[in-house]
Amino acid sequence: MSDRRIIADSLGVAVPTGAYGVSFGAIGVTSGLDVLQTCLLSLLVFTGASQFAFIGVVASGGNPFAGTATAILLGTRNTFYGISLAPLLRLRGAARLPAAHVVIDESTAMALGQDDTRSARVAFWWTGVGILVLWNLFTLLGALAGKAIGDPRTYGLDAAVGAAFLALLWPRLTTWHARMVALVGAAAATGLVPLTPAGVPIIAGGAVAVLVGLLTQKGRTA
Amino acid sequence: MTLWLAIGVLVVGTYVLKLAGLAVPQRVLDHPFTRRVSDLIPVALLGALVAVQVLGAGSAVVLDARAVALVAAAIMLSLRMSFLPVVVGAALVAALVRALPF
Repeated sequence: MSDRRIIADSLGVAVPTGAYGVSFGAIGVTSGLDVLQTCLLSLLVFTGASQFAFIGVVASGGNPFAGTATAILLGTRNTFYGISLAPLLRLRGAARLPAAHVVIDESTAMALGQDDTRSARVAFWWTGVGILVLWNLFTLLGALAGKAIGDPRTYGLDAAVGAAFLALLWPRLTTWHARMVALVGAAAATGLVPLTPAGVPIIAGGAVAVLVGLLTQKGRTA
Repeated sequence: MTLWLAIGVLVVGTYVLKLAGLAVPQRVLDHPFTRRVSDLIPVALLGALVAVQVLGAGSAVVLDARAVALVAAAIMLSLRMSFLPVVVGAALVAALVRALPF
């Protein structure tokens, strides 16, 4: 594939993903963060699901560190993304430092879709940096508008987050085993909501689901 | 202050996790257990996140407009609609349900 084509595809993913930053900005400021804190999360944490998990816990009145723990646990997948990207991108030394910041779902998916190192690098950088720029621009817009528009529930913004998580989960539900693991995680977390402080149900429910997943994997005994 | 500290730890933690992946030796990745857990974590965590986000209200479990929106999102996803339209569509459904006079 030509560079031009790869860049167009990368921007095709970057634009809608980045635009979604407007919901993060709006929900951030209505969750009890100020505009600066909301924008710093997008600039420095820069991994959507973790950012939403953090503000979700803060909004529900949980200890911010429970939010940090949940968000970091959710960010562990980026480690595994990095591991699968490393042999493809062949980055050496200091080049890994800026690259690491844009290791996210979309840049990984776009890079892994290429056949050679050169194409993978084009896809990785254009998708990653494209989203970084747009995500932050739209976060700022959302954060400024969020104060003006008031309660996000009126606009269904709280429901948008659940839908976004489902949309991130959806492509992974290709096997019955994966569907079962997701359902176990959902059921365990829901059951823990009345019993534990905010943030704990997600970590604990997720841990239960990973354990059940390991124990039920075909042909294996954990 | 607690909030700022929590944000600081989060910034460092998520960056270190990203960098670790690019720096980890290949043999660790090749370990079957690492592969199995790394496949399961996103599915398990996102399942839990969807449930808590849609059904949780403080320490209560409630069925409200968010659940209707989630069903709508699932239908839109099964029709292969892309990320942003699904998210916007779900928000609209929730807003419409809340605007109903009952």
